[in-house]
Amino acid sequence: MTAPTPQELVEHALHTSRTDSCVAIVRDSTSANLRWANNTLTTNGVMHRVTVTVICFAGVGEGAASGSATGSAASFDQVTSLVEAADAAARQSRPAEDATELVVGDESGDWHDPSGETSIDVFDAFAPELGDAFARASDAERVLYGFVDHDVTTIYLGSTTGLRVRHVQPTGHYGCTGKTSDLTSSAWVGGATRDFADVNASAMEAELAQRLSWAQRKVDLPAGRYDTVLPPTAVADLLIYAYWSASAREAHEGQSVYSKAGGGTRIGESLSSMPVQMFSDPTYDELGAAPFVVAATSSNETSVFDNGLPLGRTHWIKDGSLTSLLQTRHSAGMTGQPVTPGIDNLVLAVDGAHAPMATLVGGVERGLLLTCLWYIRAVDPQTLLLTGLTRDGVYLVENGEVTGAVNNFRFNESPIDLLDRFSGASETVPSFSREWGDGFSRTATPALRVPDFNMSSVSQAN
Amino acid sequence: MTHGGSAQKSVDSSFTSLPYRRLADAALSRAQDFNVSHADFRFERVRYQQIAVRDGNLQGAGDTEDIGFAVRVILNGAWGFASGVVLTPESAVHIAETAVQVAQVAANMTTELVALAPEPVYDDVEWVSSYETDPLTVPLSEKVGLFSDWTGRLLGSPEVAHSSALLQQVVENKFYTDLAGTTTTQQRVRIQPEVEVFGIDEASGRFDSIRTIAPPVGRGWEYVVGAGYDWDSDLNALPGLLSEKLAAPSVHAGKYDLVIDPSNLWLTIHESIGHATELDRALGYEANYAGTSFATYDQLGKLQYGSPLMHVTGDRTAEHGLATIGYDDEGVHTQTWDIIKDGVLVGYQLDRAMAQHMGAELNGGRSNGCAYADSPGHIPIQRMANVSLQPALDGPGTQDLIGHVERGIYVVGDKSWSIDMQRYNFQFTGQRFYRIENGRLQGQLRDVAYQATTTDFWGSMEAVGGPQTWVLGGAFNCGKAQPGQVASVSHGCPTALFRDIRVLNTAAEAGH
Repeated sequence: MTAPTPQELVEHALHTSRTDSCVAIVRDSTSANLRWANNTLTTNGVMHRVTVTVICFAGVGEGAASGSATGSAASFDQVTSLVEAADAAARQSRPAEDATELVVGDESGDWHDPSGETSIDVFDAFAPELGDAFARASDAERVLYGFVDHDVTTIYLGSTTGLRVRHVQPTGHYGCTGKTSDLTSSAWVGGATRDFADVNASAMEAELAQRLSWAQRKVDLPAGRYDTVLPPTAVADLLIYAYWSASAREAHEGQSVYSKAGGGTRIGESLSSMPVQMFSDPTYDELGAAPFVVAATSSNETSVFDNGLPLGRTHWIKDGSLTSLLQTRHSAGMTGQPVTPGIDNLVLAVDGAHAPMATLVGGVERGLLLTCLWYIRAVDPQTLLLTGLTRDGVYLVENGEVTGAVNNFRFNESPIDLLDRFSGASETVPSFSREWGDGFSRTATPALRVPDFNMSSVSQAN
Repeated sequence: MTHGGSAQKSVDSSFTSLPYRRLADAALSRAQDFNVSHADFRFERVRYQQIAVRDGNLQGAGDTEDIGFAVRVILNGAWGFASGVVLTPESAVHIAETAVQVAQVAANMTTELVALAPEPVYDDVEWVSSYETDPLTVPLSEKVGLFSDWTGRLLGSPEVAHSSALLQQVVENKFYTDLAGTTTTQQRVRIQPEVEVFGIDEASGRFDSIRTIAPPVGRGWEYVVGAGYDWDSDLNALPGLLSEKLAAPSVHAGKYDLVIDPSNLWLTIHESIGHATELDRALGYEANYAGTSFATYDQLGKLQYGSPLMHVTGDRTAEHGLATIGYDDEGVHTQTWDIIKDGVLVGYQLDRAMAQHMGAELNGGRSNGCAYADSPGHIPIQRMANVSLQPALDGPGTQDLIGHVERGIYVVGDKSWSIDMQRYNFQFTGQRFYRIENGRLQGQLRDVAYQATTTDFWGSMEAVGGPQTWVLGGAFNCGKAQPGQVASVSHGCPTALFRDIRVLNTAAEAGH
């Protein structure tokens, strides 16, 4: 028996629902991964998932209620069960505070196209290179640990108001940690990719070898404030948290760094005296993301009533000033600001910054070059003070050159403060957050030089 | 079929009526065609419901059901794993073939051949966790009504600007079978209710929040309506505590004696002991992601982890524990064992491949049942047990511990947490911090974080509270592995006293 197509699952849900209106979302995903440690493969896998979300809307009293059910569903019977659950939830529920008219639309030109997919074959070129890299690393007394993952998810979103939209999202990333065989030095390389055509295990291993060679001279440094170059990956680590914390509703209700003392949001306030631009754009080159809202449930930052709403380039910070926060149509009504829903990518750029990171490093008389950050958590929402660790390579820079490796540190810093304290920026390049990249891989950021980065204490980890 | 866990309940018929046995037969039969040395089939249905309420209004509610199956094989010493969601024998055969294909690709990169530690065969056994009422059978309207009432009531307090609540409920079913002949069918339930209030100090513009300290537990709806927790007491205290917190003086950074309540200490145990004693981390398997451990295998039986008062156990058997289950995802019967005894590292958390690799020195060469996946689509990995600090049998109460402190801080509830990739350097905050002066509490402090190195911190533990202070805490959101997996795990502990710990002023750290 042939399994129904995603489009058929959407239509079945919309026709089965007995409530006033309905939205159905199908995510058809395949993914493949390889994981290794100690110069040998450890785990691997190929996964196929079909996830269906049914959101039903019913009149309740003087308002409208919503009910949402999500599940793995590859048959009409399974979708029927989800519709029944969502219908029942909507009828049992109270009027939704974010209730508004559903988005109206038409069928997109690619609606009838099949899902994209991937397989273990995506690593056909990479896998044998990796086997060779293991052998070279063993011979050179280095140890490799890493992971590659490729996922293709096709989203089909339909509604009883006529919307039929589709988006294919390829997502891939690679990361490899190299250690000396005595485990006293560590380095890391990683990045995002859409298809693995641009990922080379030999190049990865060669860069690790170079970085480990920088650690042949070791210098112990105490906690303190250091002139520090944050590479694009570390900037992504920090900025993603600032983006995720940018709920308009929470700001409006006095609960975040974006709240204005006395009430309201800080939209319109200057966050940086530098020409900083932070934006999201579903059409940004190499970072393409869903061009419409997809929301399984409502929250401070999402509304199920907004499903299908078109997304376009949204400036969060423009010329250093806060211009937008994550808004649903409901929160936009509360705050009096335009509707600016979240988008699945993030770009930070500084006007006039066109030089590579090496130029930034070249200007440092004595300071630090980081590799990436780790275990980042919010300490104080009032300032968005974040804590975390440096990881897999902190390098001493003297007279513009890397001269050795130093110990790791715990930092305490706010990304909002850093946007006003940095003393130099590089060009904006595709980046990959070590901390958050598994879930949010589409970023482009510059390297930033911060003259007084707060290293709160020394970490013995290496 | 034999039973374990709950004496009263059996696995839901809505699960046992699913066609997993037919799929298993098809998949394992096909895997045998390739002369695999091991093959297992795991079918899971995990049902979640999440309800978010804010200021007395429903904000969002969603039901999620994750259903599917996975096949794992060992072929020529290499793992192969594949999973799928189409519930037909033809699909099961295809997934088995894909797992074999993955193992063939993996073989070229596998330099250490995989073998599994022996485990007795369990012939069609059933296990159900200890709970009274499946929370997913309670009408949504009743749950929304209760949490709307709670948050609405709190919003009526003048100190509270906003209030929010989140209720997470999970009902999990697993069927496992392997070529050796083990077959298990299991069901467990867990629940996490949380309520938080937010306030603003108009004069300073400062805002803050405070949250209930009820732990997530392996119980059903009965937990929300009174079994095992005093909700009224926790909720009624929130407005006053928030008001006091907003008006509290900022802490002076420096060294303090800390009396740490179980509502905070469980998380320190999770990060500095639970993860540090996962053998996969100690062996480097997580080096590219979650990290490794300072507690390396060569230090087994030698590492002085902390004070001789430390007795830390691992278990997957504690009643209402979040990591509790009858059999793990490799068919291993779950157990209880020592991890730290008299302050010395004596054990790790293991799966079958690691147990085979390490030999008789660890747990007699047998896995202690710590392999599991978070969903049908993910591969089982070495995962955390309930890791708990045992109380002193005739130990003091919390007030007695506070009474032994001249200048210190009493820490209650968890909030921010961070630890390095070898589990040395950590920093934690909390929900509430009370100044201790001459053995008495003297009101709340704000802007507090404590920071330490794991072995220094546990070495400074001067006293452990008695069983009357012991609480089973835990979390729903422990992350590990690539692709990322999320697990629920419990940690029991008493109140404990630590001397001379570094305390930061977080406002000063931010430069404000």
